[in-house]
Amino acid sequence: MAVLLLAEVNNGELALDATAKAVTAAKALGDVTVLCAGAHAAAAGEAAAKIDGVKKVLVAEGESLGHRLAESTADLIVSLAGDYDHIVAPATTDAKNVMPRVAALLDVMVISDVSGVVDADTFERPIYAGNAIQTVKSRDPKKVVTIRTSTFDAAGEQAAAPVETVAAPEASGLSEWVEDKVAESDRPELTSAKIVVSGGRGVGSEENFALIEKLADKLGAAVGASRAAVDSGYAPNDWQVGQTGKVVAPDLYVAVGISGAIQHLAGMKDSKIIVAINKDEEAPIFQVADFGLVADLFQAVPELTEKLG
Amino acid sequence: MKVLVPVKRVIDYNVKVRVKADGSGVDLANVKMSMNPFDEIAVEEAIRLKEAGKADEIVVVSIGVKQAQETLRTALAMGADRAILVVAADDVHQDIEPLAVAKILAKVVEEEQPGLVLAGKQAIDNDMNATGQMLSALLGWSQATFASKIDIEGDHALVTREVDGGLQTIKVKMPAVVTVDLRLNEPRYASLPNIMKAKKKPLDEKTAADYGVDLTPRLEVVKTDEPPARAAGIIVGSVDELVEKLKEAGAV
Ligand SMILES: Cc1cc2nc3c(=O)[nH]c(=O)nc-3n(C[C@H](O)[C@H](O)[C@H](O)COP(=O)(O)OP(=O)(O)OC[C@H]3O[C@@H](n4cnc5c(N)ncnc54)[C@H](O)[C@@H]3O)c2cc1C
Ligand SMILES: Cc1cc2nc3c(=O)[nH]c(=O)nc-3n(C[C@H](O)[C@H](O)[C@H](O)COP(=O)(O)OP(=O)(O)OC[C@H]3O[C@@H](n4cnc5c(N)ncnc54)[C@H](O)[C@@H]3O)c2cc1C
Repeated sequence: MAVLLLAEVNNGELALDATAKAVTAAKALGDVTVLCAGAHAAAAGEAAAKIDGVKKVLVAEGESLGHRLAESTADLIVSLAGDYDHIVAPATTDAKNVMPRVAALLDVMVISDVSGVVDADTFERPIYAGNAIQTVKSRDPKKVVTIRTSTFDAAGEQAAAPVETVAAPEASGLSEWVEDKVAESDRPELTSAKIVVSGGRGVGSEENFALIEKLADKLGAAVGASRAAVDSGYAPNDWQVGQTGKVVAPDLYVAVGISGAIQHLAGMKDSKIIVAINKDEEAPIFQVADFGLVADLFQAVPELTEKLG
Repeated sequence: MKVLVPVKRVIDYNVKVRVKADGSGVDLANVKMSMNPFDEIAVEEAIRLKEAGKADEIVVVSIGVKQAQETLRTALAMGADRAILVVAADDVHQDIEPLAVAKILAKVVEEEQPGLVLAGKQAIDNDMNATGQMLSALLGWSQATFASKIDIEGDHALVTREVDGGLQTIKVKMPAVVTVDLRLNEPRYASLPNIMKAKKKPLDEKTAADYGVDLTPRLEVVKTDEPPARAAGIIVGSVDELVEKLKEAGAV
């Protein structure tokens, strides 16, 4: 069986962690060819060739592929699809944008957010905000799948696999990129960080979020947030953890001033160790916490920051 | 411009989901069902476009069981003008896959000729996040997913999208399919007089067969399980004890 895997490429750079985790899932399906597409993608292709288990890399460069516009990226994948049984990508927002479009163009269903590969046709995926795990068997001739990266380990390194170039499609003329607002940060990336410290509505303001950030920096952690904290403007949207935000599974997740709604738990309950700090002992977050501290966060968080390390 | 909004009837987001003991699925008998929260946001956005003079008619459509009528009435009470119910299942436990939904929606689009389709980014039951993108592909239209801001300017729309790295703004040619994210707006509640008025608004009933779409699922549900439970934790008495426990566990 042959697998085409769409690598996550941002501004010409390979998102190694997400791509290498998807490779782990894809290896179980067959021989993996990685596709790196973008306005610039050659460097990403070189990096992808060194992910353990990759047999070949295809690089497609062209203006039409810049900024991952769904229409032309989907056209590219469809033009290559004939040679493959599976088309796979890490379940990033880019892939969630593109892959259902690819599936519809191929007249097959997409299988989103796969958390387990049973066999070449059968996959596990969480439904109802992770409150149930469904096993589905595809009857389609080709499988289009996105991989929930938090449940797979990243593949290691190998000697570089061969890299080939393929032509970029014409621009679709349907959509064009205008601007990106990307928050620059020296902190680890949320979905690959070993430790995540998240703040919720209990933190109370954007200024107070500095408490969360200080604790995170002390731990070398990424910063996350609940939807309530993002909606209230305490934190940017790309920090949201949950059913509709990012799914994380770090070694340590610290939830501060977060009540533990199912939609939030959906994004973090596979973390190895969960710490909850909340002044309400009835808060549902304590039901999933390994270590719970019933305390006022404004006292507990600075004290914790000081006493760690 | 006419705006088409597909709305899905799903388990209410506050309901604790129960997996059936025989692994055949999630128990939906006698549980509260509501409009998918993302679809409320889509309906609200359509109403705001109408209030701003950018849309003149809002048509809502739902595909599923007959009871999806209630969901459509809710949308009509919020301010949609007209509804189409496509009956495609006779049991609530029978869900229609996004590909089949998108194929039916494509036929509805052919008939209705909207200038814009506003859908939810995902349905909170199956979390597939697919229908809008699939519809856009079938129509050969432009697509903008996960919208937190939509500005319609003549023959194109400027859409700000919530993406992993932050926010991205793209310009899409109309007609377009746009899927909406949580921060686009806060949906209004329907007032009692509007709920009464909604009862008189037109609701057309069709069947999937009217559109000639094959609903045979491509994915066979083999089983549905409870997720693995977490082992019970402990409540620590102080920050010192927390630090000690974390060190013992090798977490810091
Ligand atoms: C369709 C849909 C999708 C959603 N997706 C997501 C998602 O992806 N992610 C997400 O997070 N949510 C999501 N939500 C929202 C979710 O339902 C909750 O509303 C949200 O998670 C609540 O955030 P919170 O815990 O910060 O706020 P709250 O529930 O208000 O909790 C605040 C907590 O802070 C505690 N607190 C207050 N002051 C202090 C103090 N001084 N010290 C200590 N503790 C304090 C309180 O006791 C309380 O437990 C979604 C909702 C819907 C309907
Ligand atoms: C109890 C249960 C039983 C199931 N049984 C089967 C089975 O027997 N066979 C099988 O193959 N699959 C089955 N499934 C899986 C299911 O068919 C798909 O996985 C599911 O349809 C995923 O799509 P979604 O609704 O999450 O769509 P999404 O793509 O996440 O929905 C996005 C948006 O599309 C629009 N939309 C979606 N659906 C509709 C609709 N019906 N009407 C109007 N607008 C809509 C809305 O605007 C919505 O916000 C079952 C699922 C459950 C929970």
